[in-house]
Amino acid sequence: MSLRSFAASQRSRRCWPACWLVVIVFLVGWGPGAAAADGSPGFKLSQTCPPGFELTQGACKLRSLYQRYGSLQGAGVGGLKTGLPPWRDGFSPQQIDLGRYLFFDPLLSADHTLSCASCHQPDRGFADGMGRSVGTDGQLSTRSAPSLWNVAFLQSLFWDGRAGSLEQQMLEPLFGAAEMANSATTLLASLRASAVYRPLFAQAYPEHFSHPGASIQLDQLYTALAAFQASLISLNSRYDQYAHGYSDALNAREQAGLNVFRSFVARCAECHTPPLFSNQQLAVIGTPEPEGMPFDPGAGPGLGEPTLRGAFRTPGLRNIALTAPYMHSGRFATLREAVAFYTGGRGHAVPAGEDLRIHWHIWEPRLTDEELDQLVEFLHTLTDESLKPVTPVAVPSGLPLMHGPATPITTGNAP
Amino acid sequence: MKKTLGIAIAAVLLIAGGFYAGQARQPPPTVIQAPAAAKAAFVPADIAPPASGPVRTLATPVSGELILVRDGESIQAAISEAAPGAVIRVLPGTYRETVYIDKDNITLSGVIERGAYPVLDGEGFRNDAVLYSGNGVTIENLYITRYKGNGIMGQAGNNYIIRNNIVVDTGVYGIFPQLGKNGIVAHNVVSGIEDAAIYIGMSDNVDVVFNEVFESVAGIEIENSRGALVEGNYVYNNTGGILAFITPGLPIKTCGDVIIRNNFISGNNHENFAIPGSLVSNIPPGTGVLVMACDDVMLEGNIITNNDSVGITFTDFSLASNAAVDPESDPYPNRPVILNNIMLNNGGNPAPVVRAILAAMLETRGPDIIDTVGMDDGCILNPERFRTIGLGQYGDCAFDTTANVATYTLPEPVPARDLADADTGRLVYYGICAGCHAYNSRLIGPPVQVVQALYMDDPEGIAAYIADPERKRPDYPEMPPQAHLDAATRLAAAEFMLQLEN
Repeated sequence: MSLRSFAASQRSRRCWPACWLVVIVFLVGWGPGAAAADGSPGFKLSQTCPPGFELTQGACKLRSLYQRYGSLQGAGVGGLKTGLPPWRDGFSPQQIDLGRYLFFDPLLSADHTLSCASCHQPDRGFADGMGRSVGTDGQLSTRSAPSLWNVAFLQSLFWDGRAGSLEQQMLEPLFGAAEMANSATTLLASLRASAVYRPLFAQAYPEHFSHPGASIQLDQLYTALAAFQASLISLNSRYDQYAHGYSDALNAREQAGLNVFRSFVARCAECHTPPLFSNQQLAVIGTPEPEGMPFDPGAGPGLGEPTLRGAFRTPGLRNIALTAPYMHSGRFATLREAVAFYTGGRGHAVPAGEDLRIHWHIWEPRLTDEELDQLVEFLHTLTDESLKPVTPVAVPSGLPLMHGPATPITTGNAP
Repeated sequence: MKKTLGIAIAAVLLIAGGFYAGQARQPPPTVIQAPAAAKAAFVPADIAPPASGPVRTLATPVSGELILVRDGESIQAAISEAAPGAVIRVLPGTYRETVYIDKDNITLSGVIERGAYPVLDGEGFRNDAVLYSGNGVTIENLYITRYKGNGIMGQAGNNYIIRNNIVVDTGVYGIFPQLGKNGIVAHNVVSGIEDAAIYIGMSDNVDVVFNEVFESVAGIEIENSRGALVEGNYVYNNTGGILAFITPGLPIKTCGDVIIRNNFISGNNHENFAIPGSLVSNIPPGTGVLVMACDDVMLEGNIITNNDSVGITFTDFSLASNAAVDPESDPYPNRPVILNNIMLNNGGNPAPVVRAILAAMLETRGPDIIDTVGMDDGCILNPERFRTIGLGQYGDCAFDTTANVATYTLPEPVPARDLADADTGRLVYYGICAGCHAYNSRLIGPPVQVVQALYMDDPEGIAAYIADPERKRPDYPEMPPQAHLDAATRLAAAEFMLQLEN
C-alpha cells in the first residue's frame, strides 16, 4: 500500500458513521475533565506550560537565565552574557498544546501525507536531514527546511526573510502547491468536520467557543501553530553554561574553537552573534548550490534589490550539529565542509557570470585544519534538546504520524 | 664706528617717520558692536553638564587579589585562576598566546620597567591578542604585535577601559570594542593596521581620547554607534584619518552624536592597503575626516592639515559601492555641524577617484570640506575661511562650542545585570529545572511536590545535592550534575522550588 492510498483509506475510514460514533462515545465517556494522556483514547490539552515557561495569568511566559542580562539597544546581539532579542510568548498552555497536535497532524496537508513535522522532525533538530525538502507528491523544493529551534526570536522567517511572522510564514507551506498543497477552504472544512478537534479548539479558545454556534477559525489554527513553535527553546547547551560563568563546561579545545569562532580572523560571530548565534541580517556569502541546481538569487528578487542578489538570512546555529546537511540548499554534508567554505576565499564558489556583492566579512582567513576542527567541536557544544516537546503518539485526526525517520536524501556533496 | 651708529639712528628715525606718516593717512578702523552673549552652548539631551572633578570617573572594581605573571608564564592561566576584581600584573617579557577574559571586573595590567613592556607576540599566526566579553575590564600597558586578527577585541563587555597600549603591525583592527556601552579608549599608540587602528563598532557612550594612530588604512572609526567623543588624538599618515560611519547590513542601524574635537588630523595620505572587499578599501588616500550616513556629527577645534584629497567629507552610501544595500539604514549624514576648525593645505594632490569628481566641477584641487549629498540641515561657522563644495544649503550654527560635553561616558557604570538577584531562582527553575521536573506529575525526574516533601525547610540540602547528585530512586534516571550553577544560584533555585504552589 502506498502512502497516498493508505492515507486515503484512513480518510475514508474516519468518515464512517461507526467511526464517528466511537469518537463521540470517547468524548462523552472520557471527555474534558477526564485525564487522557497520549495513547489513551481521547485528547485533553495541557493546563500547564511547557518546560521553560512560567504560567502567569493564563499566559506562558519565557524564563531563561539570559533574562538577567541586557543588550546594547535591546538588539539581543553581543557576547557571552548578553540578553535575548525580542521574542514571542504569552500563549496559553492549551493553545501551545493544541499547536503541538496540529503540528504533528497530517490532516493539515491536502492528501494527508505530510504534517509540519514531516519537514521539521523533532529528532532531526526540527529539520529533516535533507538538503532540499520534499513536498506533496515527492516534489523536491529548492531550499532546505530550517530548524525551528528558537524561532520565537526571529524577526523574519524563511531563508530569504520574506515573512514577518510565524502566522504569515506558515501560509506558504500549508497552501503552497509544492509543499502541503492544501487550500484554506479544505483545511477549514476538515478541521470543522473533526469531532475531536472542536472540543480541543474550545479548550484553547474558550471565549470564542462560549458563543453558541461558534466554529473553528483558521486564525485559531495559525495562532496555535505559532504558539507551539514559539515554545521550542534551546538555551541550555554546554556553551550556555560556559557563557553564564562555568568555565569548565567547555574543554580546552572547545574554548579554542570558541576563540576561533569569535576572532576577527574567522569572523563567524560577526554575523552568527550570540546569544542566538544570528544577527538576523541578510548576507550574501556566495555558497554553492548542489550539482545541477541553478543559482538561487535569495532575497534579491523579492526585495527588488539587485545588490542583495544571493542574500540569505543568517541562520542561528543552536542545535546545528543535528541539522546536516548545511546551507540554504544543503550543499555541504557535514559541519566540517560548511566551516571550510569560509576559508576557501572570497567568492570562490560564485558561478561564472554572477556579479555578487559578497559580504565584507567573507575573506581569506587562512584557517588551519586544526582551527577548522576546533570550530566544529565548538559548534557541537551548541546542542541542547533539554526542553524538547513530547511527540504525540496519536493525533486528533486519527491519521498515522508522518514524521518517522526517513532515509536522508543527501543532495549535497563535498565541492 | 660712531659714523656707522649715526647712520643707523638716522635710518631708524626715517623708518619711524614713514610709519607715522602712513598711519596718519589711513581711515579710522571699522568698529562693529556685536552682542556680548556667546551662541547658546550645545547641550545633548541625556548627558549632564560636567561637574567639577575628574571628567571620566570609570574604574574597574578591584577586590585586592593580585596575580603576578612573569616572563615564561601564561597570562591565560592567571586569568583562569582570577576571580572578579582581580588585578593581573604582567611583567616585561614575551608572551606567545591569545588571552581571553570571559569574567567581570578583571584588570589586565602590564608592568613597564625602564621602557620595557610585556610583549604579546602573535608570531604571524595567532588570531587575536586579547579577547574580552566580561563587563568592567581594564586592559593597559601591553605591547601587542604580529597577530592575524585584532589586537584587543571586545564583544559586549560594558564599562571597559583600554589604555596605554602599543599596538604595532597587528592584522585587521588594532583596538576593537564592539557591542558594549560605556568605555574609554585612551593614550594608545596604534600603527600598521589594515582596517581601523581604533574601531568603535555598534557601541554606546565611548570616549576615544589622546591616542596616536598612524600608518593604518583608517585612523579612528566610529561605526553604528551613539554618543562618541573623539578628542585630542594625533591622527596622521593613514589613508583616512577619522571616520564616522553607518555600515549597512549590521543589526544596530544607527549612528549619531559623535563629537570630533581638538584632534590633529594631518597628512593622512597613506596608500590604501585594506583587504579587498572591505568598506575601508573604498577610502581615497588623502582623506582627513569622513562621515558616511552618521547623524549629528560635530567637528570643533580640530587642526586638519595636509590631507591631499579632502579635509572633511560628508557623504552617503555611494561610497560603499561594494556592499549590499540595507533598506533599513538611513543613508544621509543628517544635521552635520562644523564649528571652528583650523584647516590648511588640504586637497593639494587628490586621489584619482576624487580628482574625477573634481574634474566634473572644473576643479583640480580638493576642497577643505565637501558634502556630496548637499544636506540642507547642516551648519557651519565662518564658512568664508574654507574652500567648500556642496555646503550651499548649510546655515549658521546655533551654538559655537560643544564644551558642555566633557565626556560621553556615563556618571555611573552600566549595571551588570538588569534584574534583581531575587529573580535568579525563578529563571533557573523555569529555564532549567522544569526541563525535567513538573509540579505535580512525573516528567523525567520526580515531581516538585515530592521534592518539597523531602526537603521542606532545607533548600541548602537541595543546593548541595544537585551539584553532585547520586542515584536515589531506582525508577528514575540519575540526575545530571548542576555544578555549572554557582552555589548562590543553586540555592536561589532551591528556595524558589520549595515555595512553588503550582
